[in-house]
Amino acid sequence: MRPFELKKRHSGLKEKVIRFLLVSAAVVSILTTFGVLFSILFEAIEFFQMRSFWYFITGTEWSPGVADSKFGALPIFSGTFVITIIAMSVALPVGLGSAIFLSEYASPFMRDHLKPLLEILAGIPTVVYGFFAAITVAPAIVHFFGLFGIHASFNSALASGVVMGIMIIPVISSLSDDVIRAVPDSQRKASLALGMTTSETIKSIVIPSALPGIISATLLGLSKALGETMIVVMAAGLRPNLSWNALEDMTTVTVRIVDALVGDHEFNSPDTLSAFALGLILFIVTLVLNVISLSLIRKFKEKYKINTL
Amino acid sequence: MNTSKNNTAQADKGGKQSARNHPFYDPTLKSRHVRSKLFKLFTFLSITFAISFLLFFLGDMIIKGLPAFKQTYIEVDVTYNDKTIKSTRRAIDKKYRKVVSRAWLRNIPRLVKQNPALMGTTQPTWVLANSQVDQYLKGHHYKLKDKYRKLIDTMNQDGKVEMRFNKIFFTHGDSKIPENSGFKSAIVGSVLTLIVTMVVAFPLGVMTAVYLEEFADDNRWTQLIEVNINNLAAIPSILFGLLGLAVFINLFGMPRSSPLVGGLTLALMTLPIIIVSSRAALRSVPDSIRQAGYGLGLTRVQVVQDHVLPLAFPGIMTGSIIGLAQAMGETAPLIIIGMIAFIPDAPGSIFEAATVMPAQIFTWAGMPERAYIERTAAGIMVLISILITLNALAIYLRKKFEVKW
Repeated sequence: MRPFELKKRHSGLKEKVIRFLLVSAAVVSILTTFGVLFSILFEAIEFFQMRSFWYFITGTEWSPGVADSKFGALPIFSGTFVITIIAMSVALPVGLGSAIFLSEYASPFMRDHLKPLLEILAGIPTVVYGFFAAITVAPAIVHFFGLFGIHASFNSALASGVVMGIMIIPVISSLSDDVIRAVPDSQRKASLALGMTTSETIKSIVIPSALPGIISATLLGLSKALGETMIVVMAAGLRPNLSWNALEDMTTVTVRIVDALVGDHEFNSPDTLSAFALGLILFIVTLVLNVISLSLIRKFKEKYKINTL
Repeated sequence: MNTSKNNTAQADKGGKQSARNHPFYDPTLKSRHVRSKLFKLFTFLSITFAISFLLFFLGDMIIKGLPAFKQTYIEVDVTYNDKTIKSTRRAIDKKYRKVVSRAWLRNIPRLVKQNPALMGTTQPTWVLANSQVDQYLKGHHYKLKDKYRKLIDTMNQDGKVEMRFNKIFFTHGDSKIPENSGFKSAIVGSVLTLIVTMVVAFPLGVMTAVYLEEFADDNRWTQLIEVNINNLAAIPSILFGLLGLAVFINLFGMPRSSPLVGGLTLALMTLPIIIVSSRAALRSVPDSIRQAGYGLGLTRVQVVQDHVLPLAFPGIMTGSIIGLAQAMGETAPLIIIGMIAFIPDAPGSIFEAATVMPAQIFTWAGMPERAYIERTAAGIMVLISILITLNALAIYLRKKFEVKW
């Protein structure tokens, strides 16, 4: 009887099979990324064979579905930009402020109880935010500006922007909090010992040290805002509008993608394929933001030798 | 009095003088401290803002949604005979026709079948009221003629109006008649979709994590996979919808609007969450366990399968549940692949057209009738309670099985 040898021979084959299965599972994730890229790319190329790429980037008229349809996406990009700016101007100060409070001022007890509450904010489905923006926030904004005699649209960019900003708060606060906490305590103590106040220490020592991580969090939030769909589909308008007035209705890239694909258009018409052209732009922009964000956070991790982020 | 004041002033002056002469005297110190306090206040206000928003938001949903769990019933005489079975609106006196739900009348033939003794009689019956009546009684915006409003008021005084628990909301699917619409087909659709999602994403995610943590060498290929997974996690969800549409529906010809396509699309989105959390769980298993296994002559597969994986399992489960909760709330990609169809009956298999909870919420939110708004909020309450339960379960599992090495 040589049980050990017997067992070994069996597991040699098993080992190979299992290893193969594991590698193929890992390949799926790669395939997915390329799947997303190519499925969008091919349809987008088809669109650009029918319509000019240059007009798509610089044109100011977007009118699908009519006989003489035009696909100039500039007003769509501008709408996306305005809403994203509003969202970031809510999310960045509040998110960063919350992160600083949690990491620098809050007692462990407060921290343990406040952080899960912020996580709930992150766990709320975006369709719920969209409903809230459309039913509660948008009428409130119309009412508020109405008091001053200013006309605001019920689909104002402000309503969806503000609610989107609130949605992004936890994205920014959570990562920033981790990064700020990762800054070594010795730096804070050295600064305090030199007579700096707490806020001076935070502003001139802690934040600059954590800056790569904070920028990374901001870019991640930005990419989330650009790709956010449900809030704008429900609360922002459909009308491509090249304007800086946040009280007007505006449309975004994601809204037009949904609009182009919901309904009974023929799949190979430029109306439908325009969604993929917009999707391609969205994919490229968010990919660039993510890559920069990830490389910044990696550098930060290497600098402070942490591997828990 | 006067002198003492002068004295203190002088003393103060003297004190200030001596402070000024101090080598470390900083005239800006006071304002610096004020600024420090203001900064702290700012950070405190930001988190207060975020959390009070959360509370306001949840409160708003509950206030809007709670009325939907009650539904108005009124007591009217219903005539059961051959004629009324054929033309059910005749079963009710003309006076009441406008306040009774059209949907309830469809039940008349079934009621008679269940209880043949009803045939040929006229019985006072509790009947589901029209949604406008319901909205009127709940004090919301309504469209009801004065005539009917007065009628309802008199009936109310006679005790012929009752608010009952809205069972329909949980036993019916979507409907074009507001008072007859429910969340059931969306719940069933969500369950089917998420089963597909987890059946695909869980094994793939765990296997990828095992490969990356336990088998792969740290080379370019592994780094490529890692970067790729991190990017995948940050791709906007709507683009996964484009993938589902272009690949699963147009290329593979899978049925549109089906839980199969929805589940696969969500699986690809959930994959990175499961991979990342599984890797963290595997990494937290100390190396001594592995070395002990190798020391006893086990192969790598045996070590992973019998020792490392069981120890990492609670962590993997926690991550998977969080991934599941995220997939459950996802809407945008499912809209793209057509899961916002009107689905009155719960789907029976993963190949039939279906809708999911967030998509149903989206559909209802776009309806003009006021009755749908409270149903939307009620649907949101159901969805959020499920999500909070799932997350609480994840936290519980983590707390209970967490091993401190």
